[in-house]
Amino acid sequence: MQVESRRFKKQAHEALHDENIQKAFSKVKTGFPVNRAKAVSELPEFDDLRDAARDLKNHILAHLDFYLETFEEQVTLQGGQVHWCSSYAEARDAVLKICEAANARTVTKGKSMITEEMSLNSFLEEKGIEPIETDLGEYIIQLAHETPSHIIAPALHKTKDQVTELFHEKHGKYGFHERLTDPQALVNEARSILRQKYVDADVGITGANFLIAETGSTVIVTNEGNGDLTQSLPKTHIAVSSIEKVVPTLEDASTLLRLLARSATGQEMSVYTTFSTGPRRADDIDGPAAFHVVLVDAGRSELVGSDKQDLLRCLKCGACMNHCPVYQAVGGHSYGWVYPGPIGAALNPQMVGLEEARHLPNASSFCGRCEEVCPVRIPLPKIMRLWREEAFEKQIAPKPERWGIGLWAFFTKRPALYRLATGLAARLLHAMGGRRGRISKLPLLSGWTSVRDFPAPLGKTFMQQWKEQKGAGK
Amino acid sequence: MTARDKILGRIRQRLGREGPLEGAEAAALRARIDGHQRGIVPNRTNIPHAAQVDLFQEKAEALAATVSRAKSLNDVPEIVSDYLTRHNLPGKIKMSPAPFLDGIPFGAMPMIEITRGAAEASDEVSLTPAFTGIAETGTLCMASGANTPSTLNFLPENHIVVIRASQIAGTLEESWDRLRQAFGEGNMPRTVNFISGPSRTADIEQTLIMGAHGPRRLHIVIVDDGPEDT
Ligand code: SF4
Repeated sequence: MQVESRRFKKQAHEALHDENIQKAFSKVKTGFPVNRAKAVSELPEFDDLRDAARDLKNHILAHLDFYLETFEEQVTLQGGQVHWCSSYAEARDAVLKICEAANARTVTKGKSMITEEMSLNSFLEEKGIEPIETDLGEYIIQLAHETPSHIIAPALHKTKDQVTELFHEKHGKYGFHERLTDPQALVNEARSILRQKYVDADVGITGANFLIAETGSTVIVTNEGNGDLTQSLPKTHIAVSSIEKVVPTLEDASTLLRLLARSATGQEMSVYTTFSTGPRRADDIDGPAAFHVVLVDAGRSELVGSDKQDLLRCLKCGACMNHCPVYQAVGGHSYGWVYPGPIGAALNPQMVGLEEARHLPNASSFCGRCEEVCPVRIPLPKIMRLWREEAFEKQIAPKPERWGIGLWAFFTKRPALYRLATGLAARLLHAMGGRRGRISKLPLLSGWTSVRDFPAPLGKTFMQQWKEQKGAGK
Repeated sequence: MTARDKILGRIRQRLGREGPLEGAEAAALRARIDGHQRGIVPNRTNIPHAAQVDLFQEKAEALAATVSRAKSLNDVPEIVSDYLTRHNLPGKIKMSPAPFLDGIPFGAMPMIEITRGAAEASDEVSLTPAFTGIAETGTLCMASGANTPSTLNFLPENHIVVIRASQIAGTLEESWDRLRQAFGEGNMPRTVNFISGPSRTADIEQTLIMGAHGPRRLHIVIVDDGPEDT
């Protein structure tokens, strides 16, 4: 995907003034987090599962080579084929070769973030192969020539009225001419168009939420059923996956599945969780005749053993962005690359380069909600801080930030002074907020305060409050 | 150097190793896979089997599936016929070739036309067995095979599933164990589908709409265990 992260500030500024974006993303906080909280409250084991998932993922990463090789052995044993690709270019070529061997003219696609990363659709189009996204959200943004704004709800930024106009404009060629406004009717129309596409496609491409070393299976999780039609009707199934998705056993996958849907949408299980193993068996009467796994590294192995290895635990559930005040304010596209929100702010600098993505690690209020809700306990604020320090050291940060973080570094090395200074600042901000408790202008934060008020601190720092509360608890 | 060597080499280098894991370390990881130990399993299914069956029903209904209970396979034709009438559906069903379904006396319902095989785009109603039900979340587990084509689970708009009460397990893990028993350690059918309610999407303004691509409706018939099951 084209990288636009350099323009974060400008994009964020525009998003803050875009009524549709503000409407769409402000809705996030009343949906996903509420549902997640309910699902979590109904599973007393949830937090223990998060610890277990963190430890499991760490175990996998410490033996990643072993589990990947075991996975490959099993895929081969079951009659499938693994294609190792160290870059996006290699992965695109691997997919193309398989499509060419299958004489493919059209391919259907299930939702997959890795194929977004590697710009697979535009590449296939250039080669004369028509890719058809089948997840409704992906289908909408493909029609509109846009990019995803949320990792599990890619068309989150689109209003229903925009979808009405889009379908009206694009569906005429299928004989649909009515301007539909009812969401159910819109879904039905897309459903009936895509139905034929599944049947006609020569190749089905899905992503993978997990790869199972024990059995050589790839796993997809969806609510619509599009991924299943994509992978069971065409003659060839290609699962494209990044290397960190491998897990040892079916039981390990079960642990992660109990966290995934609850964290993502607040469901106990997504509607469809599908394990695919090899091609159809000799006596099967449906299913693909060929099964390929395109295994993509593209920079992930560099994270192994680094101070940012924790990023590789990510399940791509979206909980961090669903709970992020910055994401809710600036929307998904501001981040300028595949992953928005806190995971994007922490991961994109690695994937597209710190120079390009230098603004993203600053896109945080350091409220810590992302880490609190992350099912695999990735310390997102810490990783953003590491990037900020790195940017500062490499002098990539723009001047005011260098001054800001330099000051911060100076103070943090002198704890007594830091407490005094932040205490002063907190009291000062409190005073500025006056009775309303809101501050409408702040130096250095004008990008924020020109459109919204900054909540004034209560006049005490966190550390002061912590001390008092602890004292009270004694 | 192949991409495979490059990727594995870089991982090993970052982990501070020269080559692949060998000896005791590799054996321990192999044993971890072969032992497939269970992780943390929710306590909610720690109840007698009859209560698990009730929990399965309650959870499935909460997912917008509908459930009927039948005393025996003899009750199934009437349940199916009522279902078709209720939803104004034609009397045509595509049924899995599974022998278990042979026991349903559809002969008594001549107005229902039954064909057997994999799904086609024109099929409106499918009828299939399940491999297991999972009480924990009201989920069905389907295993593909010569008699259980997986397209029947997705293509038709209406999916009817007939399952014996004894096929309902507590948890995902119990279902895995039954699968290993049926197919052999380390073997999987081509497709294992876990199905939790009918298809849905919230991709238009986060409004929940049923029937995105898979079945719009899912009806589960739980049949009491016959004498052969108890
Ligand atoms: S970082 Fe954590 S919360 Fe965010 S998408 Fe990844 S797993 Fe989910």
